[in-house]
Amino acid sequence: MKLSGADIVLECLRRIGVDTVFGYPGGVVLPLYDRLPAHPKIRHILVRHEQGGGHAADGYARASGRLGVALATSGPGATNLVTAVQNAMMDSIPTLFITGNVARNLLGRDGFQEADITGILMPAVKHNYLVMRAADLAYSFAEAAYIAQSGRPGPVHIDIPKDVFLEQAEFEWPEQISIRGYHVPGAADADSIARAAALIDAAQRPIVIAGHGVILGNASAELRAFVERSGIPVLNTLLGLGSIPRDHALSYGMLGMHGSFEANLAASNADLVIGLGNRMDDRAIGRFADFNHQASIIHIDIDPSEHNKNLRTALPITGDVKQVLAQLTQAIRQRSHVQWIRWMDEVRAQHAHTLAIPGGPVLSVQHIVRRISELNDDDTVIVTGVGQHQMWAAQHMKFTRPHQLITSGGLGTMGFEVPAAVGAQVARPNSKVWSICGDGGFQRTMQELATMVDEHLPVKMAIMNNGYLGMVRQWQELFYKDNYVAVAISQPDFVKLADAYGIKALRVTEREQVDAAIREANAHPGPVILDFQVEAEGNVWPMVPAGAALSETVGAPERPSAVPAT
Amino acid sequence: MKHTLVALVENRPGVLTRVSSLFRRRGFNIHSLAVGVTEEPGISRMTIVVDGDDAIAEQVEKQLTKLIDVVHVATITAEESVVRELALVKVRCRPAERREVLDLVEVFRAQVVDLSPVSLIIQIVAEEDRLEALLENLRPYGVLESVRTGRVALVRGERTTAVHELEAAGAQRFHTESGRLPEGQLPYVSD
Repeated sequence: MKLSGADIVLECLRRIGVDTVFGYPGGVVLPLYDRLPAHPKIRHILVRHEQGGGHAADGYARASGRLGVALATSGPGATNLVTAVQNAMMDSIPTLFITGNVARNLLGRDGFQEADITGILMPAVKHNYLVMRAADLAYSFAEAAYIAQSGRPGPVHIDIPKDVFLEQAEFEWPEQISIRGYHVPGAADADSIARAAALIDAAQRPIVIAGHGVILGNASAELRAFVERSGIPVLNTLLGLGSIPRDHALSYGMLGMHGSFEANLAASNADLVIGLGNRMDDRAIGRFADFNHQASIIHIDIDPSEHNKNLRTALPITGDVKQVLAQLTQAIRQRSHVQWIRWMDEVRAQHAHTLAIPGGPVLSVQHIVRRISELNDDDTVIVTGVGQHQMWAAQHMKFTRPHQLITSGGLGTMGFEVPAAVGAQVARPNSKVWSICGDGGFQRTMQELATMVDEHLPVKMAIMNNGYLGMVRQWQELFYKDNYVAVAISQPDFVKLADAYGIKALRVTEREQVDAAIREANAHPGPVILDFQVEAEGNVWPMVPAGAALSETVGAPERPSAVPAT
Repeated sequence: MKHTLVALVENRPGVLTRVSSLFRRRGFNIHSLAVGVTEEPGISRMTIVVDGDDAIAEQVEKQLTKLIDVVHVATITAEESVVRELALVKVRCRPAERREVLDLVEVFRAQVVDLSPVSLIIQIVAEEDRLEALLENLRPYGVLESVRTGRVALVRGERTTAVHELEAAGAQRFHTESGRLPEGQLPYVSD
């Protein structure tokens, strides 16, 4: 039976298990929108900006572990997706981006609302397709879904000219996918496992760095079994938080630019570093050239191009981290590392003040995120923006399960927090979704408040309102001699703004009000905005200054005392 | 240091962009790039010469492999393979000088493929150093223009870098035809 291209697209989405699309209509995708009502199993969520749609698809994918889908029209609609696509690329999020384009006979002629989005997105996607025949749609979608979700996941883009939506073709769903240029690694070879096991069994000061790959690869249980047998303490990258419960005895939290002293010094003093599903990013590893010269490095990743990209490693292992961890657990001895862990605990105790929550009456972000974490259960999803509040959330919130923290790691996209929370709430309608927002980031994407209202999404937004682009201000203070340029930022009255959208809002100015406000937000059935008027010039510590080595982690400088010492 | 990489790629629109964009983005330095179709339908072969140390060559190989449209990548060395490059050189040459130039052509095992009263086109197929030595020797006569194909190479003996992995007919058709306008429909036709 022949179907129109539009019907084929919608049928393909159903075949690949998609039930939700975040989209925004426009001229060339009208033939597709025209057929949406005939496919009631596909829920279309109308966003207010394509970037919001893209981040919502990203948040949906992260919260659910399923494919996130965003749809946009040609030209400006498509180019508005670019940030969201690159964000999904940097963080390896299984997403499908669908754009319309001008009709085939206008392609390349600078038609109205034409952009070469296939060309623009080529370096920002795992793979992309320009579909020139309705007959090619089924193959394109089948391959796209497979590529986006297998191996190291990532965004795939499909660009469809307007008249392809209208063209009639036979619908033939490919029974199996074979792509000769694409092979998904599985288990590691026996030799690598034997060499890794020998290094692990001989190590005196081993450390695991567990990254996002452990979460993406559903390998949390295997990680736990591995570290409980080997006795090796675990550090997390920002995106790896939740891969092991933070309250596990071997969990030592985040390393990196704002990692704890015990994490950074353990990574710097270990004699064996085991990277699991991480990409040895500069924010996690510090200055590459000076990262722990004494350690042997085992780097396990499904993407071999991450091996030896930033750090030379003694033993790169290509494979699915879930399978490789199971193999390793079989191959190693049961051990414990009492002295090494005692040393880490001593470092932690010695530097505990660097991560202390400011006392006294001051309303600090640290206190607020800690209380949000403590007053919500493990099922709650935490979404953050980018900057100081993101780092404080990573430091002070207790993440106990994979997919609990949703944050823009690689690209560092301010404004991610609002639309990603939309997607997370759609993916998990029965879970609480808290979005920790910056006052800067919130203003970048707050148009999606209308989407929350339309779709009855009860997202709880905690805006950390300090009147500054906080992380930029911190850098200007520390590295540009207090020269504050373009960093103080005004805001609308967020309570009135919420009111204009029909959203409940509370303003919080005192520390004593924090718990009551969080409880009130949780009790309210709809979306809530909490405008936390936090201290203006708090700094995130500890810190590895940009370009420094992890071993050069510093705490807050001593404040000059009011009375000079005599 | 120069490394010779062979990439077997799906012959489909955008594949050259994907490869060249990767080189630009990662800061890899291409010395030469030669592309052509192969004995296998739908597969083109790129021979890429890259400047850089071994770590760079390793990254180039891995990043290329990561591209879905790249089917197979191999680094091949001069010792194990036949390496050639073709050059056409138009050299100024009056009849009086012709004997000298023809001697050079013979010494370098090149050929004359075009002749005019004031010029010659010389074709040479050789390894890079012999080709450059010829160019050096022709320079005094005046090289008017020249063109080089870039390095191509095949491994000696029975071993190959090719992978003849057959796909199902549907996938085969999709991989070779998708992304193109249906045959006979040129893109710039006015309604």
